[in-house]
Amino acid sequence: METEGAQTPRLELRGITKAYPGVLANDSINLKILPGEIHALLGENGAGKSTLVKIIYGVLKADSGDMYWDGNPLDIPNPHAARKTGIGMIFQHFSLFEAMTVTENIALGLPGRQNMADLAKRITEISENYGLPLQPDRHVHTLSVGEKQRIEIVRCLLQNPKLLIMDEPTSVLTPQEADKMFETLRRLADEGVSILYISHKLDEIKSLCHKATILRGGKYISECDPTVETAKSLAEMMIGTNLTAPKHTDDAKRGAVRLKAHNLSLESTDQFGVDLNLLNFEVHGGEILGIAGVAGNGQVELLEVLSGESRAENAEQLLFDQQPIGKLNPIERRKMGIAFVPEDRLGHGSVPDMSLVDNAFLSAYSPKKLISNGLIDTRKTTDYAEKIVEKFDVRTAGVSHTAGSLSGGNLQKFIVGREMLQSPQLIIIAHPTWGVDAGAAAAIHQAIIDLAAEGAAILVVSQDLDELFAISNRIAVIAEGRLSVARAVQELTIEEIGLLMGGTTGTADKKEIESVA
Amino acid sequence: MVYLTPLLALLLTVLTSTIVFSLLGVNPLEALENFFIKPIDNQYGATELLVKATPLILCAIGLSVGFRANVWNIGAEGQLTMGAIIGGGVFIYLHDVESVLLLPAMILMGAAGGALWAAIPAFLKTRFNANEILTSLMLVYVAILVLSLLVHGPWRDPDGFNFPESRTFSESATMPILMEGTRLHFGTIIALLAVFGTWIMLSKTLVGFQVKVIGAAPKAGSYAGFSQKKIIWFCLLFGGAMAGLAGVSEVSGPVGQLLPSISPGYGFTAIIVAFLGRLHPVGIIFAGLLMALTYLGGETAQINLGLPVAVTGVFQGMVLFYLLACDVLVNYRFKMVRFGKAAS
Repeated sequence: METEGAQTPRLELRGITKAYPGVLANDSINLKILPGEIHALLGENGAGKSTLVKIIYGVLKADSGDMYWDGNPLDIPNPHAARKTGIGMIFQHFSLFEAMTVTENIALGLPGRQNMADLAKRITEISENYGLPLQPDRHVHTLSVGEKQRIEIVRCLLQNPKLLIMDEPTSVLTPQEADKMFETLRRLADEGVSILYISHKLDEIKSLCHKATILRGGKYISECDPTVETAKSLAEMMIGTNLTAPKHTDDAKRGAVRLKAHNLSLESTDQFGVDLNLLNFEVHGGEILGIAGVAGNGQVELLEVLSGESRAENAEQLLFDQQPIGKLNPIERRKMGIAFVPEDRLGHGSVPDMSLVDNAFLSAYSPKKLISNGLIDTRKTTDYAEKIVEKFDVRTAGVSHTAGSLSGGNLQKFIVGREMLQSPQLIIIAHPTWGVDAGAAAAIHQAIIDLAAEGAAILVVSQDLDELFAISNRIAVIAEGRLSVARAVQELTIEEIGLLMGGTTGTADKKEIESVA
Repeated sequence: MVYLTPLLALLLTVLTSTIVFSLLGVNPLEALENFFIKPIDNQYGATELLVKATPLILCAIGLSVGFRANVWNIGAEGQLTMGAIIGGGVFIYLHDVESVLLLPAMILMGAAGGALWAAIPAFLKTRFNANEILTSLMLVYVAILVLSLLVHGPWRDPDGFNFPESRTFSESATMPILMEGTRLHFGTIIALLAVFGTWIMLSKTLVGFQVKVIGAAPKAGSYAGFSQKKIIWFCLLFGGAMAGLAGVSEVSGPVGQLLPSISPGYGFTAIIVAFLGRLHPVGIIFAGLLMALTYLGGETAQINLGLPVAVTGVFQGMVLFYLLACDVLVNYRFKMVRFGKAAS
């Protein structure tokens, strides 16, 4: 391996090995991060990235192998020691107390007693500095996934880390916001902070990172310079096979209008929620409509009113095949052939403590007829769960394991699979590939496109613009509870969308944004 | 580990109670023998155990369903009392009727009475979001006072020398005895059927599935379209009906008439039974038997050793206390943390 002159690495791992019962999660991994280096850690779901960073952060203990910090042997028994050493980490799953405010949550992660007013001021300062707007006095349960992630980032930055570990930090940001954060990261790197960056967005890694270490199946594959690789070659190193891009049906055979929202409005029950204001859109059969937007601009409310978890003010505001569905509950909507993939995988799309079999039953019992003679047909449900696992390549030791034991990406595949295999007429998907690796993302995208080709109408809500451009026929943007006109992807650029996402909702532009699809 | 904590809690309770017994000046070994072994070392004692366990198991099985869905009905005692009132009331008004249908009617009305009493917290919860812990608990005292009012007044036995008690139940209003010479009655069969039925309901039916989902992840429940309100109603009505069955099986079983006090706190002890049994039907049977033993043991210890009857309550309280403590400490660890003096 090459070393850059005589520079001592900030962190060096040698031969890190960690075995779980039946799996070798890390098989003698080597890793070197220099001061001021942005180092990407690449790999599929289950490649061992999470295990490795948990070892660095002291959450897990390696079975064997050594760690060195600025050339000295390093022992990290727990996350507290890691933070003391100067390692900060942003996890993929947030560890926040829902009932507490932003400031309180951040105070909990900091050592010692905090002056809350002072801390709130510092939070505002840092969050503005780094383009991560946050209101310190809001309660966490009122925040969207994107805003929750910002708390985690700010919490780390408050502690002036020397090594920052980031697990997919940009998946919830607009391109402009992401760019701004990259500037921040580059600035941090210039200041000498090392960054270990985990992401599935290969373009992002190419433009941001100086080095990349690739893991596959728990093994160290190679270290490379991502700036000279292509996204395709990186992805192929990651999954070890050749990738095929999803076949995009540019000229979709558009069928009749399946889902129509007409002046859809909803007053949020949550005081920090976003009211939906006169949304208008149509989704045709065989069409994929993408809805872009920054987290917390009404996506949560839109998804809930579409799924039936909250009801529209007026039944006629939502029409499915010309029938008003605005007042129907989720079960009635499912009976009409509508399926949903919610934003939050754990606790919303699945019950973490229940088995995959039970989780398959959760939404599929009626469409798949999993009840016979009033009793749950366990055999049929198990078969269905196994079919999902097989068709969507869910990596699990068995369907009797709990949903909570699956990695994020695998659970996502399971939930998407559960909804897709009900052969829905209309499917509403939030963030279809959030946290899913390139190989699985391609498979999910292909499944979505295939479903559209069979005539189903598909609505995708996502913050990943590359994803929306790859699969959508038309894209609309939601900002502050209003929806822009949906336009064909061919006529749109990422920059235009980014501007709409930024909420150019000055009074002058209101007309434009409100206008009908 | 989850299934080991009840045993651990029990062990701790026994250890602590030896200290308590020593302090009371009693040989701990003798006390434990009187508490746990003497009451059931003969056939009659063993059947008495089942007699006491019956109302406990009935109440606990009903409560366990609610607890699984995070519906905290702690008013089983009141629902039991109301079941006894409505079920027993059938006899009071039809006391001269001799019919094989009388007892079934009483059992049904008893279940209905308990459910009716639990419907009040259900309504208050779903309509006004009133905390069911408070409302169901307060209604316990209302139910006990209603019973007292009735047996002191309109339902008093005309030939009872003004004692506050109702007529003694006739043959056709009494639970059939299962074993000659004991008090073991048909209510025990009802309890076992209820346990079995609840087991099937929780593991094999949609409503049982809904109960579990809403308890484990309410948002996933609403995503699937399960109505939280319906589940609250279901849990409370089911729990009330089971407690009502317990009530009617007591008054038409071992008690034999309506008295101002018909239960030594079965409805409250059932909360301990439900948790000690890990909210699982089979566990509840074992926990019910154990708690029944503490009632018997308390009596034996009182007779043989002159220990106060409050020992039973102390014992039951310790079991719950240690169970909850073990549950917490199995999952969490104490750590002493010193706060810095950074900002003050």
